[in-house]
Amino acid sequence: MNKIYMDNAATTALSEKALDAVITKTKEVYGNPSSMHTIGHESAHVLVDARNMVAEVLNCSPDEVYFTSGGSEADNWALKAAAAYGKAKGKTHLITTTIEHHAILHTMKELEKQGFTVTYLPVDSEGLVTAKQVEEAITDETILVSVMFANNEIGTVEPIKEIGAVCHEKKVWFHTDAVQALGHIKVDVQEMNIDMLSASGHKFNGPKGVGLLYIKKGIRIGNLIEGGAQERGKRAGTENVPGIYGMAVALKDSVEIMDEENARLTKLCGKIMDSILTLPHTRINGSRTNRLPGNVNACFEGIEGESLLMLLDAAGICGSSGSACTSGSLDPSHVLLAIGLPHEIAHGSLRLSLGRFNTEEEVDYVIKTIPGIVERLRDMSPVWEDIMEEENK
Amino acid sequence: MEYSDKVMDHFMNPRNVGKMDDADGVGEVGNPKCGDIMKVYIKVKDNVIYDIKFNTFGCASAIATSSMATELIKGKTIEEALELTNKAVAEALDGLPPVKMHCSVLAEEAIKAAIDDYKSKQG
Repeated sequence: MNKIYMDNAATTALSEKALDAVITKTKEVYGNPSSMHTIGHESAHVLVDARNMVAEVLNCSPDEVYFTSGGSEADNWALKAAAAYGKAKGKTHLITTTIEHHAILHTMKELEKQGFTVTYLPVDSEGLVTAKQVEEAITDETILVSVMFANNEIGTVEPIKEIGAVCHEKKVWFHTDAVQALGHIKVDVQEMNIDMLSASGHKFNGPKGVGLLYIKKGIRIGNLIEGGAQERGKRAGTENVPGIYGMAVALKDSVEIMDEENARLTKLCGKIMDSILTLPHTRINGSRTNRLPGNVNACFEGIEGESLLMLLDAAGICGSSGSACTSGSLDPSHVLLAIGLPHEIAHGSLRLSLGRFNTEEEVDYVIKTIPGIVERLRDMSPVWEDIMEEENK
Repeated sequence: MEYSDKVMDHFMNPRNVGKMDDADGVGEVGNPKCGDIMKVYIKVKDNVIYDIKFNTFGCASAIATSSMATELIKGKTIEEALELTNKAVAEALDGLPPVKMHCSVLAEEAIKAAIDDYKSKQG
């Protein structure tokens, strides 16, 4: 049996167009874009094409797009450089949320060690933060607000446009980690009042090891890597031309099929969520309305997520979990705790993230397979035994 | 992270799973908050643990260590069972990833708790 891959929020398979772009440009365009000869110019032209394609999707100018090695690098750069700029102006306060990716949270922790103050805004039970919360947290000391576009675990889409508007009114920079959003839902940096935006190629069927940071003109942040004129001097190093081009092609392709794909994925995920909710003591995490179309996140009381994942894997289904055992620590997912779930329930979480290659047949198989596996684990769970005893009292 | 074939075998086909209504000793350790909890039931005759069952809420290595630990002490005397160490359980499974070693402690502790319960019932 073919494996059913439903971990597209972790990474995606290359689209045909992206694969073709990477292979073709790897074979045919090997020059250094900085060279002063025709072979080098060819590579430079490929980069220009890629930057134009990305800029068109983001609705920005090509010279506002800076290619990086991925989303984590872009996040680190945006936060650290903004903090340094703020410090020089006497501003040392940053604002973010409790449900960000660790590329943001760990960078914020590091900035705190360096003397910056960080406000971590709490979210509601669906994972939403409001523009009002942001507005109330901004002080005269605030340099930057960073709120993720969409959450990687529970799929909640934040009110980015409204938060951006508040930031601009208060003259504070606004960064968003759009790693899960770009290529999946509409992103427009002008309409949505975004000053900086991080994204990663491999989340929308592009290659790994390549991403981008959008930096609006007028946002004066420092260089990330010294040593060359690449990326307008801000990030030195010979460019990964085939990777960058592959990402741009993947992005363009994703945006072209977005409306159709979103309708299809919303329907498929809705089907999975509705079927999970027919099982007793289960819940769907996140928002049913402000949600990434391909995200399913559920908790099954009485069982532990890693066991669930491994039995699903044995049945040919690849997903992920926010249990402690999969997070590499003793605590379950910070996102599930932030939306108010108790530890014991958060341990039993399952994330299925669907993408363009998933089919209705696969969804039907998943729906058919989950109940038996859940029952098998509950049958051997002393926690489930307690839940049942409590219920039958 | 990958598990050994033995861990996978004991996870996929756990031995001695179940409950006992007439156990001579029951031990429960762990905490659902931490993500793993194990309950062990033993039957004892002439100082020998002749039957044992377990229920576990936890990750694959928690279930596999529960299974292996019950297999290791089934048919052993109380004194022999008390000598079981988490290291021996992990070794019998061809090793556990370092971050999972704490799971093997759970099995050792659950068996000790069941024996304590048995002893206290004996008076």
